[in-house]
Amino acid sequence: MIPLNFYLVLSALLFTIGVVGVLTRRNAIIVFMSIELMLNSVNLTLVAFSSFLGDATGQMLVFFVITIAAAEAAIGLAIIIALFRNKQTVNIDEINLLKW
Amino acid sequence: MTFEEVFFYFLAAGAIVSALLVITRRNPINSVIFLVLNFFFLVALYLTLKAQFIAIIQILVYAGAIMVLFMFVIMLLNLGDEKRLTDRVTWKQFVAIGLSLAFVMQVLYIVGFGETAEMKTMSAKAVDIGTVEYIGKELFSYYVLPIEAISVLIVAAVVGAIVLAKRKFD
Repeated sequence: MIPLNFYLVLSALLFTIGVVGVLTRRNAIIVFMSIELMLNSVNLTLVAFSSFLGDATGQMLVFFVITIAAAEAAIGLAIIIALFRNKQTVNIDEINLLKW
Repeated sequence: MTFEEVFFYFLAAGAIVSALLVITRRNPINSVIFLVLNFFFLVALYLTLKAQFIAIIQILVYAGAIMVLFMFVIMLLNLGDEKRLTDRVTWKQFVAIGLSLAFVMQVLYIVGFGETAEMKTMSAKAVDIGTVEYIGKELFSYYVLPIEAISVLIVAAVVGAIVLAKRKFD
């Protein structure tokens, strides 16, 4: 049997890869994909705790996280399309209208 | 080393390598394909945790719907390869990677010395919890208000996406 800690370490590593992707990449779509990576690593933690503690709440939370991720992807990609229409770029360094 | 451990290490290595490939490819299409691969490794990990329903939902919603949406948008915008992975390596990126490493060290410290280190075996209830029957009963009895709230949120998201991507209001 695989101990719980193995799953926790794996999802910590996946989450960190997602964080590095968000902070270092400049393509807005790849930043979005890194956010999906982070959401998925948290899902893995929740499922692991749910199975090891024998409590269904973790899997319910995963269900809701997946729903939120779908909504977030739809809205985010719509924003990217609107931005691309106005500025012809998805490079987040060039989209700095709100930066002070 | 038992077969179970070998299988876990294979899946974990696959998930980490495909995640690394997602954030290092220049062409966004390749990133999407490696992200789908990463989802399949995660699905297999969910199955080792006896969460069948979540595994199927993950394939249907993530690999089936969200990733198709990503692929569609990338092809619609006709993005080429980025010339270089980063335009210029700035000190900000070094700080970002350093902070990420500090973060993962903290998490590993917590995991290594916390209470979870004593949890070595899965609960006997885990097999029951993963089934569609159990999750359905929970969702539509105890979690019925969150389900309603999230369906309102989904409708709002669909309307918002249409309004945002629309060219002009009539």
